[in-house]
Amino acid sequence: MSETNRELEPLSDPGLPEHVHRKTDVDPLAAKKAERQVSILFTLSALGTILFVYAYVWIPEDTLIFLPLFNVTNAHQLFLGLGLAMALFFIGMGAVHWAKTLMPDHEVVDYRKEQRSKDEDRAAFVATVKDGAAQAGLGRRPLIKRSLGLALGLVGISPILLLRDLGPLPENDLNETNWKAGTRLVTDPGDRPIRPSDLEVGGVAQVQPEFPAGKVRHLDDIAQDSVLLIRIRPEEFNLDAERLSWTYEGIIAFSKICSHMGCAVALYEQTTKHLLCPCHQSTFDVTRAAKVIFGPAARPLPQLAITVDNEGYLVAKAPFNEAVGPSFWGRDSQ
Amino acid sequence: MSARERVAGGTASFIDERTGAAKWMKKTLTKVFPDHWSFMLGEIVMYSFVILLLSGTFLTFWFDPSMREVEYEGSYEPLNGIKMSAAYASALHISFDVRGGLLMRQIHHWAALIFMAAMVVHMMRVFFTGAFRKPRELNWIIGVALLTLGIVEGFLGYSLPDDLLSGTGIRIAEAIIQAIPVVGSYLSYFIFGGAFPGEMFIQRIYAVHILLIPGIMLALITAHLMLVWYQKHTQYPGPGRTEKNVVGYPLMPVYMAKAGGFFFIVFGVTAFLGAVAQINPIWIYGPYNPGQIGAGSQPDWYMGWLDGLVRAAPPIETHAFGITISWNILIPGLIIPGIIFTLMAFYPFIEQWMTGDKREHHVLDRPRNNPNRTAIGAMSLTFTLVSLINGGNDLLATHFDLSINQIMWFSRIGLIVLPPIAFVITKRICLSLQRADREKVLHGRETGRLVMLPHGEFIEVHEPLSPEKAYVLTAHEQLPALEIGEADENGVANPQGFKGKLRARMSKASQEQISKPTPKEMLELEDGHH
Ligand code: HEM
Ligand code: FES
Repeated sequence: MSETNRELEPLSDPGLPEHVHRKTDVDPLAAKKAERQVSILFTLSALGTILFVYAYVWIPEDTLIFLPLFNVTNAHQLFLGLGLAMALFFIGMGAVHWAKTLMPDHEVVDYRKEQRSKDEDRAAFVATVKDGAAQAGLGRRPLIKRSLGLALGLVGISPILLLRDLGPLPENDLNETNWKAGTRLVTDPGDRPIRPSDLEVGGVAQVQPEFPAGKVRHLDDIAQDSVLLIRIRPEEFNLDAERLSWTYEGIIAFSKICSHMGCAVALYEQTTKHLLCPCHQSTFDVTRAAKVIFGPAARPLPQLAITVDNEGYLVAKAPFNEAVGPSFWGRDSQ
Repeated sequence: MSARERVAGGTASFIDERTGAAKWMKKTLTKVFPDHWSFMLGEIVMYSFVILLLSGTFLTFWFDPSMREVEYEGSYEPLNGIKMSAAYASALHISFDVRGGLLMRQIHHWAALIFMAAMVVHMMRVFFTGAFRKPRELNWIIGVALLTLGIVEGFLGYSLPDDLLSGTGIRIAEAIIQAIPVVGSYLSYFIFGGAFPGEMFIQRIYAVHILLIPGIMLALITAHLMLVWYQKHTQYPGPGRTEKNVVGYPLMPVYMAKAGGFFFIVFGVTAFLGAVAQINPIWIYGPYNPGQIGAGSQPDWYMGWLDGLVRAAPPIETHAFGITISWNILIPGLIIPGIIFTLMAFYPFIEQWMTGDKREHHVLDRPRNNPNRTAIGAMSLTFTLVSLINGGNDLLATHFDLSINQIMWFSRIGLIVLPPIAFVITKRICLSLQRADREKVLHGRETGRLVMLPHGEFIEVHEPLSPEKAYVLTAHEQLPALEIGEADENGVANPQGFKGKLRARMSKASQEQISKPTPKEMLELEDGHH
């Protein structure tokens, strides 16, 4: 197609334009000047390194200075950085200026050949492969072919099996937390048990399950056990009888781990009684058992049933009746 | 012969006598590189990769990739005595007690942002100019792999310091893994060595971040550059530039000096940013604790579009037979990105299929001369941009006094409606630019000068284009649409069926052009002038 097409082209290729000489090519004075400019740029780089060394050795690490645009900044880090930046930048500027003004700027033409090899080379290549395969004799010796296939198919099992010990199986882990019937709620931070009277109407508190003496609370525990206590006026609840019985004198407890992707649902708006997750803005209505009213979360936050023990401290009435945190395949969400 | 020349000659001959490299080296040093600013984008990518390797290695000398609990003691007073992971403590140590440590941390992070940004822009230049066409499809696929790896590598990187922000990011990644049907929770337990967050995670992603992914990237970049080298660079259309040649400057000395100098400039600019522009101030966030969170948690921008998709997802889960499928996580977190990256990787072949053009191309397209491709690019960018905007919906809401609800509905609808609109508009713009080109070639350039004709009418003087300029505007070829048979006379649909019809439509759409001036038109015009 290209040959006939070319003839139809409206304009023929005028060819490479005439080379235009730069001032530095024809005027020795201009060239001398360019040379000086390049050396000034390189010298600026050297000064940058000196600034760097000066800052490293003589500017104390805790010196703070005020800069109009950047507010208060650490002078040591700032001048180290500026020195380094200068040292590098001006080497580059010098080299580029040098190339642009003093090195030859004649455009040159190189020729391409098609990537595809010549037909006889391709044929020879194919023949070589066929020949090689024939010499190996795979086609004639099916026993070898099949057993090799078997071996290659299986050899991948070992490295995969080796990865098995990366971690334990989840078992029932994701469905369980450290909350049991009767577990006391303790403040986080502080680990103090709390009474209903410690939380005013409108108040929020983060709690964890109380651990027996000697048991250490790990981040894994916090990632599943964190619970938010919120106290509103009991008549503001809009709950069915069962869920209402899970609250205590206007105090309601939700898992703090977002039912969407597990962030901490940390923002409570007192006026609207909404809980907001800062990760993707899922919003839960506290008065309606944390029903999702906005955002990508598909389930309410699990509610923890609470009551008080005979000493008057808040305790869990029962464990969570569903898994906390983000969904997973084996999660029973009915 | 001066002493220096003797040494140079001696070295060259030493090497050649042992490797026979002289012939190859001579060819190499005179290799031709075309010059254009947009060809420097790939260089920026490469240089920031080198900067990442250098600054990252410096950081490894102090960073302690361990989740062992320690009590912080160091120069940053507000956190003294606080329990945290050794990883976070060592990142604080680098920031406050290693001279130049904060600078290096900031250089490393800035270099990562520049790396990703330059990669995206480089890719746009390759896409819009059609540089991915045969024989460069492999390099395009390598590029897509690099981009994907870059996103993962960046995410793992800012997860390492184990501050509150990075831990939140990992929590979200864990939720995505956990949402994978059937094997999700198993995968998560293997990756984290048990329940989230466990005590293994940082040291595992450390190995991946400093060894595995950089190693793969280095290999891919090497292959990428070898192909650029071997296939020779593409060039923009212009007088003297054909499919059979490449016009530019020789490697030695001009290109070497420019490229080498440019490395130092990129490094200098990155160092300047590291010096004056604070980035990821981990000491403000505090150590990670799954029960806490900072307001306005935001990932780096190259993850932001994914976050935006997640935020826009409708709250849908399927519950049945004691299992749960989280569409609200799977669709934005795995399915859509999977589709996007697959389509991207195969685009060169999709275009070949649409146009039926399987020839080699070394002269680049001006984006307007391929309206369909340019419109597809604009469409994809629009989609990504809307999701990126939605990824910052909380920031937008507070800065511009909007409700999050408004922004989210804008994004949900925008994600579906705006990309096709962008497609149509871009295609129109390209076609009218083609029309303008045609006018220019036929009637010359408008000069803005008015002259009065004898009978009082004013006309604008048109200046004919120079032959060079006119050549640039007409050098592209315009392929006819593919002819794919319709149903035969018996009413039997053609054997290619739906696929054939689809292809015919695609081909027609992609060959929609304003025809450039024909030689006949040019001649007629000339006759008219004389
Ligand atoms: C680590 C990442 C990358 C590095 C270091 C890199 C580097 C380079 C360099 C230096 C060039 C030659 C100059 C130029 O055309 O700009 C180049 C060309 C090319 N790059 Fe990349 N690039 C990277 C990522 C990508 C990505 C993300 C894509 C697209 C998905 C891509 C596709 C291409 C193609 C197709 C060429 C050949 C273009 C031509 O010859 O004009 N690269 N690359
Ligand atoms: S994690 Fe809470 S909204 Fe996504």
